[in-house]
Amino acid sequence: MSNGQFEPRLVGFLCNWCSYTGADLAGTARMIYAPNVRIIRVMCSGRVDPQFVLKAFKEGADGVLISGCHPGDCHYQEGNYKALRRYKLLSKMLEQFGIEKERFRLEWVSAAEGIKFQAVCNEFTEQIRKLGPLNIGPNGGKHE
Amino acid sequence: MSSAKPKVAFYWCASCGGCEESIVDLAEDILKVVAAVDIVFWPVALDFKKKDVEAMADGSIAVSFINGAVRLSEQEEMAKLLRRKSQLVVAHGSCSHLGGIPGLGNFWNKETIFRRAYETTPSTDNPKKVVPLEKTVVDGKELTLPRFYDTVYALDQVIDVDYYLPGCAPPRDLILNAVSAILEGKLPPKGAVLSPNKSLCDDCDRNESKPDKLTIKEIKRPWEVMLDPEKCFLAQGVICMGPATRTGCGERCIEANMPCRGCFGPTDQVYDQGAKFLSALASIMETKDEKEMDKIVQSIVDPAGTFYRFSLPTSILARKRMEAIK
Amino acid sequence: MSRRITIDPITRLEGHGKIEIFLNDQGDVDRAILQIPELRGFEQFAVGRPVEEMPRIMPRICGVCPTAHHMAATKAADAVFHVEPTPTARKIRELIYNTFMMEDHTLHFFFLGGPDFVVGPQAPAAERNILGVIGKVGLEIGGKVIRVRRECRDIINYLAGKVIHPVCGLPGGVSKGLDEEHRVQFLETAKFAVEFAQFALQIFNDVVLKNKEYVDIVVGDAYKIKTYYMGLVDGNNKVNFYDGAVRVVTPEGKEFAKFKPSEYLDHISEHVEPWSYIKFPFLKKVGWKGFVEGNDSGIYRVAPLARLNVSDGMATPLAQKEHDRMYETLGGKPVHNTLAFHWARLIEALQAAETMVQLLEDKSITDTNIRNIPTKTPTEGVGIVEAPRGVLIHHYKTDERGIIQEANLIVATVHNAPAINMSIEKAAKAFIKGGNVSEGLLNMAEMAFRPYDPCHACGTHALPGDMPLIINVYDKNGELIKKLKR
Repeated sequence: MSNGQFEPRLVGFLCNWCSYTGADLAGTARMIYAPNVRIIRVMCSGRVDPQFVLKAFKEGADGVLISGCHPGDCHYQEGNYKALRRYKLLSKMLEQFGIEKERFRLEWVSAAEGIKFQAVCNEFTEQIRKLGPLNIGPNGGKHE
Repeated sequence: MSSAKPKVAFYWCASCGGCEESIVDLAEDILKVVAAVDIVFWPVALDFKKKDVEAMADGSIAVSFINGAVRLSEQEEMAKLLRRKSQLVVAHGSCSHLGGIPGLGNFWNKETIFRRAYETTPSTDNPKKVVPLEKTVVDGKELTLPRFYDTVYALDQVIDVDYYLPGCAPPRDLILNAVSAILEGKLPPKGAVLSPNKSLCDDCDRNESKPDKLTIKEIKRPWEVMLDPEKCFLAQGVICMGPATRTGCGERCIEANMPCRGCFGPTDQVYDQGAKFLSALASIMETKDEKEMDKIVQSIVDPAGTFYRFSLPTSILARKRMEAIK
Repeated sequence: MSRRITIDPITRLEGHGKIEIFLNDQGDVDRAILQIPELRGFEQFAVGRPVEEMPRIMPRICGVCPTAHHMAATKAADAVFHVEPTPTARKIRELIYNTFMMEDHTLHFFFLGGPDFVVGPQAPAAERNILGVIGKVGLEIGGKVIRVRRECRDIINYLAGKVIHPVCGLPGGVSKGLDEEHRVQFLETAKFAVEFAQFALQIFNDVVLKNKEYVDIVVGDAYKIKTYYMGLVDGNNKVNFYDGAVRVVTPEGKEFAKFKPSEYLDHISEHVEPWSYIKFPFLKKVGWKGFVEGNDSGIYRVAPLARLNVSDGMATPLAQKEHDRMYETLGGKPVHNTLAFHWARLIEALQAAETMVQLLEDKSITDTNIRNIPTKTPTEGVGIVEAPRGVLIHHYKTDERGIIQEANLIVATVHNAPAINMSIEKAAKAFIKGGNVSEGLLNMAEMAFRPYDPCHACGTHALPGDMPLIINVYDKNGELIKKLKR
């Protein structure tokens, strides 16, 4: 925690071919950006099972990001469209759980878009900082 | 009473009584079962009291069948008591297995439920806002009620459970098989759900009517369309939880021409039934056009309440965020 | 020395309950209170759900009378969508409903309420159950009861998917129709059901009415309270389980109110006490005066005796004859003797069975037009049916997409909650005196709630010890297919 302010804990599922490479580019170019996103590499954004997203929130994430190739560029043809459809439905469902739309995000970041990745991380972090901690924490299942 | 016969107990937590009825629906077959066991506790039918159970030696009950979710402190106490006194505990029915329909209360909390029941319902006449209390005094006499929790729990969230009998209510074949397995000592490894580990679609008569590539262009609610009694519901655009639901029920709802709502819970490989179904549904929403996607998502009116109809307490998130409840 | 006796849990009924009996220094009963320690919150968690899912969610209120909740929810959904079921769909719903009433009622008599009479109220606990009943009246009955129950439930299983939590109701109709083959098969069951219902009434006559000791208990003061009565009646003011107007009569039997389901809020209010999770309904126009009887108290009763009391008679001929016999025997309408609920219940079972026959003899029930697709915008609606245990009210308010915004439920047994409390206290005061609290006397107090059949006819197999039992199992042709001995 810096300066006693709330530091959002964010989880990012990044696809191997585009987004992870794009994030890597941001790193090798020594770009400075918020360090709050914990990155998990998957082969395709379409690999992200909704259970992963729920688990991330349950384990303490204040926000979850999925990032993949731009529509039309998916290494596996249509995996990112599947991710998009899942994202829209999951986003709607999460609201019924009291998890605000802003906490769950889908972005298209290509291998060349280090700058975009930097912007997404900064923006997401500040947005969640304003929203505050999610507080559903890992102690669920244990009862009163 | 012969002391060589195994002792059996039945108890209900936050229950509707349907699982008790499912035992009665064994009809003639109940007699073979009853001849082989000693029922030592069954509030719906026999007059044994809680103190009778407390007086038994720990582990002296061979198997306790506990149905119902845990919503009140008394239910948790009874579950723990029976756990101590039993060698095996079977979670009987959807409520104890997954949380069940009462689990839908996890979109709310005690305050909102009480406020609705005792204050804001239009027929309630309660200007002084009286609510049930854990302790009250009437004419100088103290009366107690068990505590109502904010959250509903499945049985294995409060005690260790050995086996699960799924269904709302479990069908008679499943119950008979389970009871025979117990009496003969031929049980699968601890923790098993006592029904085959495949999805409903595998056994459903309508499976063959599915096109090679199943796609949904539009979701229809059951009241909006004439339901074709031979075609897969998903192929008709009607949400059916079959793909994410364990088989074993005999597809009773499907036979009555209504779609599955998932009461058997998921197969072994799945943590969260609702999330898995969401994934399956998104996969067959065959469009690359974002506007069309939005339209389809719009037509799914209650994703959480539909996909988690029976399994909310045992889902990954388990309940709606408390701070978000008004 | 004052004493407190707690009966916890009360048994041989649905759900959770405990009775607290407080004795004064003389050992007489000062107060007896029935507390219901359970609540699940259906009225709140219905919010946000689509209204057409209510017929699939609401039956989970009760696994013994799920069909009642299913039907009330379906009718409320009809009302929300401003749509009527097709004539055939209505007939199918009525068939399912009357079949359910018939099997539920007869089961209660043989397994729950009946044993108190047939075997005797102070008989040893081990005999006060179905085995004791069979011991008294013969073994063939066990087989007949199991058969009629199974066959009736097969009808419901076929048409509604599952008898525990049926699924077929949709706003505007039902999801599955009846073909000719099954119509003929079910008609046989219906005719057997009529026979069985008459047979049950005969048993009641032979075992209860011919026994002076029992008749004295039935007509005695210990089990009598003077209240208003409420029930559904058809256009001719005859008893109807599926549909109609709600009628209320005074303790003298005069019509006090008659209203459409949508008007229920003008007539019924619910009172809250801090010592129970259940609420206590009363007539709004009379007011809540506490747990007291009489014309000035808004307390009313529902369920079999009440339905007969408010009506001008039964809707079917054989049941009408039995109805007349009961009122002749007990001195005219209305009857206030609580134990007469058991008698009225069997008369209703007969009407339900006769109605099953009427519906199944009408070939138009096999018509395939079973759905009206709703076209109007959903808003708000009330559905009322007579559950075996009384008036059942489902009220939903939705948004323009049919998503529930508010739900209100007044569930059968709840209407009787004030009366049950009063009945228990009265019986306890009558039988428990001078500190003498035997198990048999406590059962006399419990007999005060059983006539109301508080929502759980999970009549079942209390089979203690070594009583021999032979069950003859007959197939639908009356052939003996199995003989079970233990």
